[in-house]
Amino acid sequence: MRVKLLAATAIAFLATGAWAQNLNGAGASFPNPIYSRWFSEYAQQHPGAHINYQSIGSGAGIQQVTQKTVDFGASDGPMSDAQLEAAAKNGVKIIHIPTVLGAVVPVYNVPGVTQDLRFAPEVIAGIYLGKITYWDDGNLQHDNPGVKLPHNRILPVYRSEGSGTNYIFTDFLSKVVPDFQKEIGKGTSVKWPGGIGQKGNEGIAGMVRSTPNAFGYVELIYALQNHMPFGLVRNASGKYLKASVEGVTAAAAGAAKNMPADYRVSITNAPGADAYPISSFTWLLIPQQWPDQAKGKVMVDFLHWMLDHGEEETTGLNYAPLPKAVADKVRATINEIH
Amino acid sequence: MTQPNPVTLPTPIVEPAGRTPPQGPPPPAETAQPSEIRRFLRDRSSGRAADGTFGGLMLISALSIFVIVALILWVLIHDSQLSIHAFGWKFFRTSNWDPVNGSFGALPFIYGTVVSSFLALLMAVPLSLAVAIFVLDICPPALRAPISFLTELLAAIPSVVYGLWALVVLVPIMRDQVGPLLEKWFGWTGLFAEPNFGVGMLTASVVLAIMIFPIISSISRDVMKAVPIHQREAALALGATRWEMLRIGVLRNARIGIVGAVILGLGRALGETIAVTMVIGNHPDIVKNLFNPAYTLASVIANEFTEATGDLYVSALIEIGLALFLVTIVVNAIARLLVWAVTRGNSARTA
Repeated sequence: MRVKLLAATAIAFLATGAWAQNLNGAGASFPNPIYSRWFSEYAQQHPGAHINYQSIGSGAGIQQVTQKTVDFGASDGPMSDAQLEAAAKNGVKIIHIPTVLGAVVPVYNVPGVTQDLRFAPEVIAGIYLGKITYWDDGNLQHDNPGVKLPHNRILPVYRSEGSGTNYIFTDFLSKVVPDFQKEIGKGTSVKWPGGIGQKGNEGIAGMVRSTPNAFGYVELIYALQNHMPFGLVRNASGKYLKASVEGVTAAAAGAAKNMPADYRVSITNAPGADAYPISSFTWLLIPQQWPDQAKGKVMVDFLHWMLDHGEEETTGLNYAPLPKAVADKVRATINEIH
Repeated sequence: MTQPNPVTLPTPIVEPAGRTPPQGPPPPAETAQPSEIRRFLRDRSSGRAADGTFGGLMLISALSIFVIVALILWVLIHDSQLSIHAFGWKFFRTSNWDPVNGSFGALPFIYGTVVSSFLALLMAVPLSLAVAIFVLDICPPALRAPISFLTELLAAIPSVVYGLWALVVLVPIMRDQVGPLLEKWFGWTGLFAEPNFGVGMLTASVVLAIMIFPIISSISRDVMKAVPIHQREAALALGATRWEMLRIGVLRNARIGIVGAVILGLGRALGETIAVTMVIGNHPDIVKNLFNPAYTLASVIANEFTEATGDLYVSALIEIGLALFLVTIVVNAIARLLVWAVTRGNSARTA
């Protein structure tokens, strides 16, 4: 009797095990709010499919998907060729799937200035390179005619921890300003010649708010949700633009025409009059081949759901959705996953 | 000896004050026969087997410490092989930390860790000892319990809360009030020079000092309390002032325990991560100016490990962990050496 009962329990357990699919993902923290929402909604609408996501950072996400400790990864910066090769050597061929877009905005605290300041990329680079040290510098004044800037020393504040925000910000400056490219370069962590490092958006925001003459950069979402004033940045067509969800999507649309097949594209300084220049995709890193067919099916089904329903919810959380041209292209790519 | 004393008791050999061990009650008098309780216990116990098992368990517990330390060291060395091979000893001697170009040197982080911890000790130790002595000896009884309670409460506050408090409260104070004063009075030393943005080495040290103060204070108070009361009474009886009594009777006897408390505090200061990261400015620099931002070993790991891409980068960060491990060992060794040097001769006036 007892044996029978045990067997029945075991069978029932196995059956539910086969039926309930648990997928594990890990990576970037920037898209974590929207991913959490997507995964929980998807699970509600599809009983039995569970997708767990841990926001442990892009670098760790790449590492874990390469080592197959998670089913999929996520990153704010595309994987390098070397990283893709290392993954392939480990038997994982990875496809980048762009999901949403984010942007980085300049924030500052200049006593006596109430207008939104305008920044050229060269000026931002100059501040971090230590070449522009006073708020009434000629270049800054030139960009902001009619604003009375004080003769105070600028305190550059940067993100101390490795982050996608750093990557997007330095990628933009490296692309536009050769000196920045040469002396600092792009990366999730870089060697800043001067200034003060603070942890997280909240660290930079707190520092800039409380320190007169500080200059820093935060994610657009953070600035919008906390009602932080931020500056305008000159884009590729020479227009000074205040970041907005529309401006970011416009940047993606501008880049969509030359989108490479693997989506590993930087859209900073994108062409287009309305394109906000410090924008970027964030990606899911999905293995192309799934040894466990059932899991693969859930993944593919989720990606379709994300494009059909998920993208509509992005703006509520201040993320920019994929432009239609990109979404259509992604739909075709998803079919390669099996 | 004017009083007649018909029964001559054996005079206990009184050791000079300095030589008496500070702790330990006198051994209980031997009884001729095992007591009722002892016999009862002996009859019930399983005897040698139980004792052996107990001893074995204790031995395993004690040995596990060696195993844990060895495992940590092994992982740190094993996972940082790439960086060790790439940079060798240069890793500990160079200052360039440039993840983009794959060039790593730990010196500014080692400097930041050691200097911030040392400054914290400099501020915390006198304060802690003063509080401990006050609570032990001078404090009115009504005040004793609240002070002890609050000290222990400080020890229980999580470090992230200290960090937030420092960021919101301490940083503006250091920037607007304390900083300018220090610059005015001590600016000539070169240790306090503009620009002062409130975050930097000095602020981090102050936070650390506040964080390690309760540990040092409460442990050294307990150690001082354990000094037998007649040591103090003897000093007073010889006509010592209160300060002399504290110095000769209490501090000297308790010094080993006090150094132990300081080492524990130092350990916390060396390894403290999040509170320091929030106020030190996270800029790897080696400069004399204490207003300048700095960086510690623990902070750079906390900041960069999650998003470190590339094997060499990760390996270099693990070697930073190794560096922190070594710094802790070296600093502890120096502290122990100091204790040994101080207690060895046992000469007067060293407490």
